[in-house]
Amino acid sequence: MIDVKHLKKSFDNLEVLADINETIEEGEVVVVIGPSGSGKSTFLRCLNLLETPDEGEVWVDGEQINVDGVDVNRVRQKMGMVFQHFNLFPHLTVMENITLAPVKLGKMTKEEAEEKGRKLLETVGLSEKADAYPIQLSGGQKQRIAIARSLAMDPEIMLFDEPTSALDPEMVGDVLDVMKKLAKNGMTMVVVTHEMGFAREVGTRILFMDEGLVMESGTPDQIFGNPQNERTKLFLSKVLK
Amino acid sequence: MNGFAQFQDTFYKCFIKDDRYTLMLDGIGVTIRVALLAAVLGILIGFLIALCNLSKKKILNIIGKVYTDIIRGTPSVTQLMIVYFVVFASVHLDKWIIAAIAFSINSGAYVSEIIRAGILSVDKGQTEAGRSLGLNAKQTMMSIVVPQAMKNIFPALGNEFITLVKETAIVGYVGLVDIQKAGDFIKSATYEAFMPLIGTAVIYFVLIKLLTLGLAKIEAGLRKSDVR
Repeated sequence: MIDVKHLKKSFDNLEVLADINETIEEGEVVVVIGPSGSGKSTFLRCLNLLETPDEGEVWVDGEQINVDGVDVNRVRQKMGMVFQHFNLFPHLTVMENITLAPVKLGKMTKEEAEEKGRKLLETVGLSEKADAYPIQLSGGQKQRIAIARSLAMDPEIMLFDEPTSALDPEMVGDVLDVMKKLAKNGMTMVVVTHEMGFAREVGTRILFMDEGLVMESGTPDQIFGNPQNERTKLFLSKVLK
Repeated sequence: MNGFAQFQDTFYKCFIKDDRYTLMLDGIGVTIRVALLAAVLGILIGFLIALCNLSKKKILNIIGKVYTDIIRGTPSVTQLMIVYFVVFASVHLDKWIIAAIAFSINSGAYVSEIIRAGILSVDKGQTEAGRSLGLNAKQTMMSIVVPQAMKNIFPALGNEFITLVKETAIVGYVGLVDIQKAGDFIKSATYEAFMPLIGTAVIYFVLIKLLTLGLAKIEAGLRKSDVR
């Protein structure tokens, strides 16, 4: 579904992605872990071209997307993204946040989008918040709305960029529950996170990244139970005390 | 004659006698029309120039910069006279419309800076969220960034509008009779200085006070989504 070949990215003189080669298959829940500054978020943001790769290829559904002439907007419509800081639109109600893109892009009528919006709000457990503004919500609620907003576009794949890192600890569970539900329903997901419990429980594959490279990749059992790479071992020993 | 009777007498001479108040009323009409049209066109120009300045295209940056530089570097009276006597010399348009265009060109330069700052004040994550949903740059700008920027822009834009109303007091230079010029005419006709000039000041003041109140109302409406 997604193919990444020799992906490289630097900011000024700082090399963030050294050489990434990965394939993400349909139905996989790929959890990307690693120390901060290892390039996890940049890797994720290169997948929907929020960052432009310096070198290498990004292929989605058999089409290379980081070349001139590709309609990036069309590609992004099938790749939902959830951000660390939610990025809800503060001037719109929850329902308007959800319906904006599908209606603006002619995917649905306003009525269809609202119908879908109500279903999605039910899925994330926030039906009563349809008419609220983002400022009236807690962090955990905001993030669940942000997930619903992405899902409104019927994406084929969901990208999560540290979705729980900005949340109070007691809110993390609610968001992870929604993500688990998604995974269970077969959504293809790439999740950058520090939640090792989630990685272990929900991930079908773990990528350990460090210094702009995927150092090790494998099932949760392999990575958490029997890591091979010294860096992985060191990292896990620090986070799994 | 006591002070109050004298005041009444001068007031009568300046504003009632020979229907002089109609001159002033017409003047108020001119000021309002010029300022309103100039404000609307000024916002349009300002928005375009702001987009030029924010664009990634070098040539647009240069256009925006040169425009702002020229306008800020020359007096508005000079600009008004150039627009009126040079640019529109052979064009048949109502005087007040030409004046409004001149003021909008001037105001646009200041408005562009206000809008630019307002757009930059919107968190980058908002644009990223919009783009990640598949909206294109223009859709993201118009339905996500600009509405939020409006809240930050509005107070400064209101200030600019108030400045604009007062700036129009120079339209007498191109033969329009606005509030200022009407006061001036009354001054010449009556040989009174105090009453017509203070009257002019009071009319401007009331006009701007009303404007300020109106702007505050609209601003409160814009802040609706900030209420918890």
